[in-house]
Amino acid sequence: MISQVTIPPGHPWNRIPVIGVVGALLGAIVCAILGPANPKQFFFSWLVSFLFFVSLALGALFFVLIQYATQGGWGIVVRRIGETIFTMIPVMAVLFVPLLFGLHDLYSWSVPGAAEHDALLRWKAPYLNVPFFLIRTALYFGVWSFIAILYYRASRAQDATGDPAISARLRRFAGPAIIVLALTQTLASFDWIMSLTPRWYSTMFGVYFFAGAFVGFIALLSVVAVAMRRARLLDTAITVEHLHDIGKFLFAFTAFWAYIAFSQFFLIWYANLPEETIWFKARLEGSWKIVSVLLMAGHFGVPFLYLMGRDVKRRGWTLAIGGVWLLAMHFVDLYWQVMPTLHPEGVRPSALDVAAFVAVGGSFVAAAGWLMRRQALVPLRDPRLAESLAFENA
Amino acid sequence: MAPLFPQLPKGPYYGILAEFATVPDLFHACERVRDAGFTRWDAHTPFPVHGLEAAMGLRRSPLPWIVLVTGLTGAGLGFLLQVWVHTSAYPLVISGKPYFSWPAFIPVTFELGVLFAAFGAVLGMLGLNRLPMLYHPLFRSKLFEGVTDDAFFISIESWDPRFDPASTRTLLESIGARSVELVES
Repeated sequence: MISQVTIPPGHPWNRIPVIGVVGALLGAIVCAILGPANPKQFFFSWLVSFLFFVSLALGALFFVLIQYATQGGWGIVVRRIGETIFTMIPVMAVLFVPLLFGLHDLYSWSVPGAAEHDALLRWKAPYLNVPFFLIRTALYFGVWSFIAILYYRASRAQDATGDPAISARLRRFAGPAIIVLALTQTLASFDWIMSLTPRWYSTMFGVYFFAGAFVGFIALLSVVAVAMRRARLLDTAITVEHLHDIGKFLFAFTAFWAYIAFSQFFLIWYANLPEETIWFKARLEGSWKIVSVLLMAGHFGVPFLYLMGRDVKRRGWTLAIGGVWLLAMHFVDLYWQVMPTLHPEGVRPSALDVAAFVAVGGSFVAAAGWLMRRQALVPLRDPRLAESLAFENA
Repeated sequence: MAPLFPQLPKGPYYGILAEFATVPDLFHACERVRDAGFTRWDAHTPFPVHGLEAAMGLRRSPLPWIVLVTGLTGAGLGFLLQVWVHTSAYPLVISGKPYFSWPAFIPVTFELGVLFAAFGAVLGMLGLNRLPMLYHPLFRSKLFEGVTDDAFFISIESWDPRFDPASTRTLLESIGARSVELVES
């Protein structure tokens, strides 16, 4: 029924961890050489790449939780991909550590005395202070890691026992877990991204971060699923029908991202209150305006039209192009959220952007690739696996 | 407006109706009728049967294109309406913004795009299915009453180029029909 459930010896995918480690080391070395001369740039570049990969892991966690909560059948064959990616959350916690040394460079509110002559920052100080920030960050990673490891371990345990009670237990836990994830993820986006502009207000920002994260993960899922079929892994289990559904998810959440992104902009633009408009003003001046337009067209307009057709979603390589494109746009989106704080004068690409991305990404890929070698690539004895294998779009 | 009564070519027969006992019987019969080269025919079931459209050799529906065109039309009209109202027909200064403030036009543009797309989907579906249709010659057949209950049918229309009352009946019987009858127009 399923041809290849583990990566066989000698398969090229066995080399992924080594490739990842080499990338991580190269990136880290370049960061170590260039970083000391320009620490601010290093911390901002690292923050963007950290956010990119942690958002993919959070998107994966939401994807798997929602599959359990809704008792979705179609996605079982790609669930292990999601489980592998969200199990990278503890790895991301380690990759957050470098940022601890740059809090003053990143977050102006964290500089001692910042609130002294600023009524707004004084008002926000009970929340925006370094000890509470660190406690919250530790709490986010604690909660996310707890959910992630619980789901990963239970799913692997079911591979061995085939006990359907495991699925029932995870289903009951999924609803509360989604609520906890939504709350912590919202606060994390406030802390890590919004507080770069500490005087800014936007109640919609948490949803905006979620929308981007979920598009990012589905884009990654589409690329990995197509790549696995090409690599003759699970190529009989993941069918065109599954690619079609992943494509529909990608299409839908591209529109959802645009809906949220525009709603956030629209209300702020319309009301025209200074404490809200500062954030967009910085992004509509100079070369940042080009990036804003690029996001409108590239994160919504082009992929929306591209992914609309049925055939594009059902041919592997066309879906993978859409996935790679949206992953790139998700990175641009985060870059556009973070970098204007450092470079208000305009877009200033840096070698450290690339180095930080390769270092963080290499670690992420190495750990995920290592995990994939040690496990079945599908939840082997999930009670709904047969349903997923036989899935067909009407 | 679709005609409420089918506009059919003149002739003594509407066509031929064959009843099948089970879904697999119908499925295989559809493949045979398809392979025999018939074009003016249909299958009738009490519930949707997955994959039947492939067994019948049906082409993909043009409905998505209708929805795309009507949706874009609605969005375009909605946008242009607002441009006209706000810049020429009744220009008002609203919260100090320029007359042509495109972000303010997006919600209505979006809503009209969705509305027209929905119209295109529903009316296009009805039009392509020639619905509503208040009467159909197949209703003359007593046998056909089972179509909403437990029977599966193939009907071949008499103006199909390959239709012949005798040989088509033989074909349908040879591919497993439980009973076959001619339906008058």
